[in-house]
Amino acid sequence: MLQFILRRIAVLVPTFIGVSLIAFSFIRLLPGDPVILMAGEHGMTPAQHAAAMHALGLDKSLPLQYLDYLGGVLTGDFGSSVVTKRPVIDEFFSRFPATLELSICAMILAVGIGIPAGMLAAIKRGSVLEQGIMGTALIGYSMPIFWWGPLLIILFSGILGWTPVSGRISLMYYFPTPTGFMLIDSLLSGQEGAFTSALSHLVLPAIVLATIPLAVIARQTRSAMLEVLGEDYVRTARAKGMPPRRVVGIHALRNAMIPVVTTIGLQVGVLMAGAILTETIFSWPGIGKWMVDSVFRRDYPVIQGGLLIIAIIIMLVNLAVDVLYGFINPRIRHT
Amino acid sequence: MALEESISEEAAEELARNETPARRSGLSEFWYYFSENRGAVAGLVVFALLVLVAILAPLLAPHDPNIQFDNAQLLPPAWTSGGEWRFFLGTDAVGRDIFSRLIYGSRFSLFIGIVVVAIALLGGVTVGLIAGYVRGWLDTLIMRIMDVILAFPSLLLALVLVAVLGPGLVNAMIAIAIVLQPHFVRLTRAAVIGEIDREYVISARVAGASPFYLMTRTLLPNCLGPVIVQAALSFSNAILDAAALGFLGMGAQPPTPEWGTMLAESREFILKAWWAVTFPGLAILVTVLAINLMGDGLRDALDPKLKRS
Amino acid sequence: MALLEIENLSVSFQTSGGMFRAVHDISLTCDQGEILSIVGESGSGKSVAMLALMGLLPWTASVEAKRLAFQGNDLRAMGPRARRKVIGREMAMIFQEPMSSLNPCFTVGFQLGESLRKHLGLGRKERREKAIELLKQVGIPAPEKRLNVFPHQLSGGMSQRVMIAMALACDPKLLIADEPTTALDVTIQAQILELLVDLQKKKDMALILITHDMGVVAETAERVQVQYAGEKVEEQHVKDLFADPHHPYTAALLAALPERATDKRLPAIPGVVPGQYDRPEGCLFSPRCRYADDLCRRSVKRQGPEFGGALCNYPLVNGRPTGKEEANAMDDVTS
Repeated sequence: MLQFILRRIAVLVPTFIGVSLIAFSFIRLLPGDPVILMAGEHGMTPAQHAAAMHALGLDKSLPLQYLDYLGGVLTGDFGSSVVTKRPVIDEFFSRFPATLELSICAMILAVGIGIPAGMLAAIKRGSVLEQGIMGTALIGYSMPIFWWGPLLIILFSGILGWTPVSGRISLMYYFPTPTGFMLIDSLLSGQEGAFTSALSHLVLPAIVLATIPLAVIARQTRSAMLEVLGEDYVRTARAKGMPPRRVVGIHALRNAMIPVVTTIGLQVGVLMAGAILTETIFSWPGIGKWMVDSVFRRDYPVIQGGLLIIAIIIMLVNLAVDVLYGFINPRIRHT
Repeated sequence: MALEESISEEAAEELARNETPARRSGLSEFWYYFSENRGAVAGLVVFALLVLVAILAPLLAPHDPNIQFDNAQLLPPAWTSGGEWRFFLGTDAVGRDIFSRLIYGSRFSLFIGIVVVAIALLGGVTVGLIAGYVRGWLDTLIMRIMDVILAFPSLLLALVLVAVLGPGLVNAMIAIAIVLQPHFVRLTRAAVIGEIDREYVISARVAGASPFYLMTRTLLPNCLGPVIVQAALSFSNAILDAAALGFLGMGAQPPTPEWGTMLAESREFILKAWWAVTFPGLAILVTVLAINLMGDGLRDALDPKLKRS
Repeated sequence: MALLEIENLSVSFQTSGGMFRAVHDISLTCDQGEILSIVGESGSGKSVAMLALMGLLPWTASVEAKRLAFQGNDLRAMGPRARRKVIGREMAMIFQEPMSSLNPCFTVGFQLGESLRKHLGLGRKERREKAIELLKQVGIPAPEKRLNVFPHQLSGGMSQRVMIAMALACDPKLLIADEPTTALDVTIQAQILELLVDLQKKKDMALILITHDMGVVAETAERVQVQYAGEKVEEQHVKDLFADPHHPYTAALLAALPERATDKRLPAIPGVVPGQYDRPEGCLFSPRCRYADDLCRRSVKRQGPEFGGALCNYPLVNGRPTGKEEANAMDDVTS
């Protein structure tokens, strides 16, 4: 098992180098001189320009520049924002909890509804229920979430007035945020109504972000279940006189989960892409909105750093999923 | 029954595919499985209608999509109070007819889908064929590069690429094609590796076929099944991603009647003019849904593993 | 009263080409402590009949029978819950593919203990002891260590031993073995058969052995029932059957045994078992039968017990068809 994990980490190294190379070359791919781009409208004397080039290490050869960059990245230095002058890594960590909270809630929704729905569709094969579930899943899978979000806002905020339109919590409340998770912090603050406010802000974005992963997980669970239900060992379990609940819920589900876990892992990338849209729609102050804002502000160090950090996070999550995969699949654990 | 016979039979079938009568029966068999899936047929019909609408847009649209009608800003759909029948689905904030813009918008969506899939498919299949056929260090290098591209969330990478290349529909399409292409590489490579040791390939090799012939004539036709299914998936993904970039202001630029861009323009009126948001999104959903329905049907018809059961 | 009584059992499957009858009017009885063998080629419906008895067929199958009784109780009259008390406890089954019949995600100990808990209500410690005892019984060395092993770590022969241990967990009255040795190496085949017969004697249970191998029948069975294309074509005691087969199909099967070959070439039966679309009129074996005539292609009649209940117009006696002359004579008279 340890060997399996080490092998997975070893595969990550070239990918990490490639990802960092892409992030590194990003600024150099920009048309024009990066120093002048960053300086914006202020003019520059040639001496200032040379000094800036030297300060940024841009007067060295490209391989050396890359090594400098890699060294910085490995020590947590992703450069500084042109707009706020703050280190990219600090800006990232101040926004990451918002995205994490939203993503976790979306994932709970997607897994909590997607897996039972997929199982139900597989068990009731050929029924109206299955067609209903799979039809809904296909619609969810095809959903443009940048439309789905506004649609929910029209319905729940506009017509019904149940939920707020944007943000994480009503401006009425102010309290320290030790964890960065609004749901937890609002509870810790002890202020009346704070938790409800945080929850009502979170519900719509979480639903919107969960939509596509939910549909994908439901579809994958159904097909994995259908395959597993035809296996010999399911017949064996039935031949032992096990009740259907146990045959499906233990013997079949456990095996069907192996491909589903991989799918769930792949949804992390989908969640990050979805966060870009969802956070823009709901003005959710997370890293998706941060990236979009930075693209508009042409804050290139932030785009570069954010791109790399997000890729690293996805790689680490995939590593974690691979390890989890090894744990739930005995054929990998014991070899 | 008679398992030892089936392999040689299959090999014979593969060989027979190069002749026209066998190919026609393959096509009719494909249609048999495809048409069994009612959803797929419905998707095909909707898609065909969309293609018609796109082609006949100038004839079908009641107005020029970019004409701004005076005193007709944010008119609701015709059947609601305050609506006018000449603006069937209402007008947007500057008084343009939404119905006409949607009709012209179908041209952009289909165009985006076709071009993006064509680029991603051609590039991906070529690279995948080479990687799977040559193997060795070149294969490793190619696959590592694909891993790197896949390490980024597709929309984020497309967004950043557009930030580098500059906003606009063409750049958005290039970015999306780059992001979608690794899937084709992986699929083709896996299919080639699965097929390359089969009897019919070895027999072609023994018969003295050149590597180019082997790759394009012998291997490629037998690897196309999963690639076609992926093409359908990518088609809908391309439309969705392009519309998403348009929504973020990084794709097609106003006043282009692209559906995602239309959504972006009407976002600020979301609570005031529901129709300006609802209909462009509905158009995207219906298009993507139709293509995905077709994709599912294609998979059922082309995936031999599912076919048997 | 026999332990198991099946009368006129028919099983049909819904297929895309309409209903397909896989088993047609099969009757059999099996007494306590008896070994009954069911023989036939692939596709003769041997397994389907037994799966129908165990209630393990997919939902596309419909089962009809005049009587389907175990220990005098009609299985069809029982509710699913009551039936599951019989299945896996009183009546157990092992399958052709031991490697895929064990659930790859659970340990041997878990899969053994499951039956013990469900049917016997044993506690954790008792289950462990009983599981070790069972594994010892089926000749698995170091059984304590095997409890924590996953199925992929076992060889085919070991897996089949575990399957047998699982089937015997609750001391069943009847064990159905569906081609238990077909997927195994030749050397292991004999060991497993020996083990089955040995355990059958020791526990005085009934054993129904499904096989296509006449050699296996000769070594183990007491009574033999031959099936062809879903129909029972003959039933005799094993010695009589080998000495004097009454149905041409049985005779052909026996002639195909290498031990009995008199010629340099092994005689094969031409053709294959008819499938869904090529079922002949009259006797189903007629297209492959060297004695068939026009009458056989129109209709076939069941003989009495003196001919082993052979489903044949001209049952063989000492290798020669009988009744043909009379039938021809009758034909002469009528024409």
